[in-house]
Amino acid sequence: MNGFVGSIRARLRSPNATAYAVMLIAALVYPEIVQFVTGGNGDALVGLAADAGIFVLLAIGLNVVVGFAGLLDLGYAAFFAIGAYTYAIIASDELATAPIHHAVHIPFWIAMFVGLFVAAGFGALLGAPTLRLRGDYLAIVTLGFGEIVPRVFRNLNVWTGGVFGVSAIDPPTVPRWLDGPWAGDPFGIQQDLQLTSANLTGFYIVIVVVIIGVVILVNNLERSRLGRAWMAVREDETAAAATGVNTVNIKLLAFAIGASTSGFAGAFYGAKLSVVNSDQFSFIISITVLSMVVLGGMGNIPGAMIGGLVLYFILYKFLPDAPNQVASLVQSIGLGWLNNTNPNGWPGLGEEVNRLKYIIFGLIIVGIMLYRPQGLLPSRARRQELTSEEVPGIGAPRELQS
Amino acid sequence: MADTILTVTGLTKRFGGLVAVDNVSFDVNVGEVFALIGPNGAGKTTLFNCVTGFFAPSLGTVIFDGNDITGRKPHQTVKAGIARTFQNIRLFDYMTVLDNVRLGFHSRMRSQVWDSLFKTPFERHEEAEITERAMELLRFVGLERRRDDQARNLAYGQQRRLEIARAMATQPKLLLLDEPAAGFTPQEKVDLMNLVHQILSKDITVFLIEHDMRVVMGISQKIVVLDHGEKIAEGGPAEVRANPRVIEAYLGKSA
Amino acid sequence: MLERVRSATSGRIFGLAPLDLIGLLLLAVAVVWLIPQVVASGPGYFAQVLVFGVALGAIYALVALGYTMVYGIVELINFAHGDVFTLGAFISLPLLPLFGLTEDKSHGIDLVLGLIPVFLITMALCALVNVVIERVAYRPLRNAPRLAPLITAIGMSSILEGAMFLWKGPFNIHYPDLLPATQVPIGGGVTISAKSLIIVAVAIILVLGLTLFINGSKLGKAMRATAQDRDAAQLMGININATIAATFFIGAALAGAGGIIYGLYFGTLTAFLGFSAGLVAFTAAVFGGIGNIPGAALGGLLIGLISQMGDGYLDPFMNRHFGPGTWTQVLIFALLILVLVFRPSGLLGMRVPEK
Repeated sequence: MNGFVGSIRARLRSPNATAYAVMLIAALVYPEIVQFVTGGNGDALVGLAADAGIFVLLAIGLNVVVGFAGLLDLGYAAFFAIGAYTYAIIASDELATAPIHHAVHIPFWIAMFVGLFVAAGFGALLGAPTLRLRGDYLAIVTLGFGEIVPRVFRNLNVWTGGVFGVSAIDPPTVPRWLDGPWAGDPFGIQQDLQLTSANLTGFYIVIVVVIIGVVILVNNLERSRLGRAWMAVREDETAAAATGVNTVNIKLLAFAIGASTSGFAGAFYGAKLSVVNSDQFSFIISITVLSMVVLGGMGNIPGAMIGGLVLYFILYKFLPDAPNQVASLVQSIGLGWLNNTNPNGWPGLGEEVNRLKYIIFGLIIVGIMLYRPQGLLPSRARRQELTSEEVPGIGAPRELQS
Repeated sequence: MADTILTVTGLTKRFGGLVAVDNVSFDVNVGEVFALIGPNGAGKTTLFNCVTGFFAPSLGTVIFDGNDITGRKPHQTVKAGIARTFQNIRLFDYMTVLDNVRLGFHSRMRSQVWDSLFKTPFERHEEAEITERAMELLRFVGLERRRDDQARNLAYGQQRRLEIARAMATQPKLLLLDEPAAGFTPQEKVDLMNLVHQILSKDITVFLIEHDMRVVMGISQKIVVLDHGEKIAEGGPAEVRANPRVIEAYLGKSA
Repeated sequence: MLERVRSATSGRIFGLAPLDLIGLLLLAVAVVWLIPQVVASGPGYFAQVLVFGVALGAIYALVALGYTMVYGIVELINFAHGDVFTLGAFISLPLLPLFGLTEDKSHGIDLVLGLIPVFLITMALCALVNVVIERVAYRPLRNAPRLAPLITAIGMSSILEGAMFLWKGPFNIHYPDLLPATQVPIGGGVTISAKSLIIVAVAIILVLGLTLFINGSKLGKAMRATAQDRDAAQLMGININATIAATFFIGAALAGAGGIIYGLYFGTLTAFLGFSAGLVAFTAAVFGGIGNIPGAALGGLLIGLISQMGDGYLDPFMNRHFGPGTWTQVLIFALLILVLVFRPSGLLGMRVPEK
């Protein structure tokens, strides 16, 4: 029994526990600090954090597929799209213009779970015939699926709004909402509050609560019979099968759970943005989420979360702001002429900086893989690898010898 | 009266033009130590793979505990009651010693996804139970003090014992050991032979592939000899040892 | 990866595995659906679709060859390969005027004389880029699990695209129209463009050259040996690193040539052309049998034809029922998934041994 208490104490002192604590505290104080620093104009930054939260959710989900079960999924955005479009179709007027001519407005939380289950269903459908394929073939299959899904959504004009997508989607509703002096209102409880773009803090709070819930659930999975089986299958599928693990089912479960999380995040995404459009679900999204998981630390939940936050802010805040920042910096040191476009093709320093984003993204990815493949916050197992091997592996599957 | 736990009949395994196992038949009785020996490349591990579902036999049947398990998948043979270890030790290197054994209980546990997801009382109870039984198995093989170490940090002999403990966690009726004494010192081999006897006392039949003749002759009740995929001899240790075909297979025909 | 070895002869109907039968059935359904569409649009339209398909197929074949050779030897899907293809077109752009090949003049034999050095220089540069990528990004990860070099390849692809994006910006880039515009009549009032004939001829020459090289030369033999069994090849004294580098070199040279051909035939490019073209070419390689060189050529041809059939017949059909949209990509990727699930060895069987 001493070992049990000792192991709890060890877990509390671990880097993961620290990471969770830091993230929780940061999540709680972020909106206040932002509003204070910007003198009350921090709504955009809070909204940005809410969007980041959606990607954190995606990273947690993909981590189950890639990090726990070791399945390479290059088309994760497909389930994101399925969740988003499912919600959009059943929680808007879209169906009025569809062949059934009857719009449905399913309540928010129910619709979210419908999105989750539909995505999970497609995950199982895709996974059933393909999960027995070898690693890189599975990767290509998922990539193909990721290309097919948004295109099909775009093509089914009468059901999905075609190129224009679905708009005027029902916003999230929260059953009870606490008003208070922090928002400049007297104390009170609102019923069925609809979150609009005027209430970005509301979105933020909802997504933080959802993330906390999902983190608890996924942690439960990790430290259970299922989590152990996933780890075993990732390490050595043959040995896992020889020890009684139904490897196909285990992989299917990981895939379906990953798809559910993506679908759930997608539904929230649709509700928040109020529009969904097939352009939002391209390969770039899939590879971005994968990079978040790898950057943060594959197989480690807080690692994936941190990877999500870091990469999201780089890609959606730092890089888009950079052209203007560089342009004004250059202006202020007297080199403003660099900002002007030229007929010979120079598009201005700002635009040049903007065009660097693909190179920067590629360099980040290649850099991580060559120099820190275990990520920012590796799992306990991976950290131990660091102290012995030159090139820390990423869950090496071994082959059957006979 | 001996009950048969495993009956292999006419087992043949072809890989394209190569016949790795050729029409092999034998019975393994409950409670005995049954050995499969033969020169390198004789098809022994291939036979193991056919019995445990890693290969589907080209011909023949495998009847285990009264059920026809021919061609079933590996995890299904485990559920039926067969466990195995590997020639090259396949542990989950980066998992702890304890987790390696706990995984062995996977096919016997009844927690479902929602139990895991919500950490239901049933799940917690089952986890505690299998943890206790895993510790028992670790004590059985003498590894209880290494429970939180990563499996790859164990010494070679300890790793072999861990693999055996993990296999036993699947609650098998028949344990297949593929060259369990490979790379062992003489003392470790003696310890292994004792371990096999203790395993027998737990009502587990042992079927092993082994090269060390002293180990084989020392613990086996029945031996089958394979050469180039064919069964060339079967019987007790003394019989097999004196069989001229067996001697020839190992030493080669004299010019 | 574990794959249970199944008994090869059980369950066959008419000598074919059940899955092959399903494939043939689907093919039959497709043909039956296609016939009325073809008849409705007429033979001239059909000829155009075919010609376009073969021409496009020739280009895909050139790119697919690089994918298949690299996968055969290091079991890596080089995501950056499609971008090397685009790079070929980009690099050749400034080279063309250097050899007098500009759009304003009409060209005769000087076109051939000018294109040869443009091709050679471009192919060499693309080859060099690919070799550098292999050395810097893939070789250090050669013993890492598959996930690592795969992600790195995606990163390299992004870098290449970013570099071209930086160079030429986001707008469509015009490629000089240098090939003769003549139409060759083949009877029945149907004509084929000389352009198509030329590029198919060039592609055939390159593929033949490659096949001769792989089967005849010492290096080609070394490449085949290394692809089959790297350790044995090393024991035989083959320099593995050099052989792998040579494979990347040759594959990229072909892709670079493909890029020039693409530019000459289609006339516009963007920096991101390589991404989707690369995926389609990879589909072609898988279709024909990954690791199999004639398979890649065949796969390229088939995928080119299928994609043009898609554009020419499937899209109009689907658009009538579902409204505007392009279904060709959906078709091709669906084919990719089906081939990988039902016949991962592709049409001509796999030369990459299952380890």
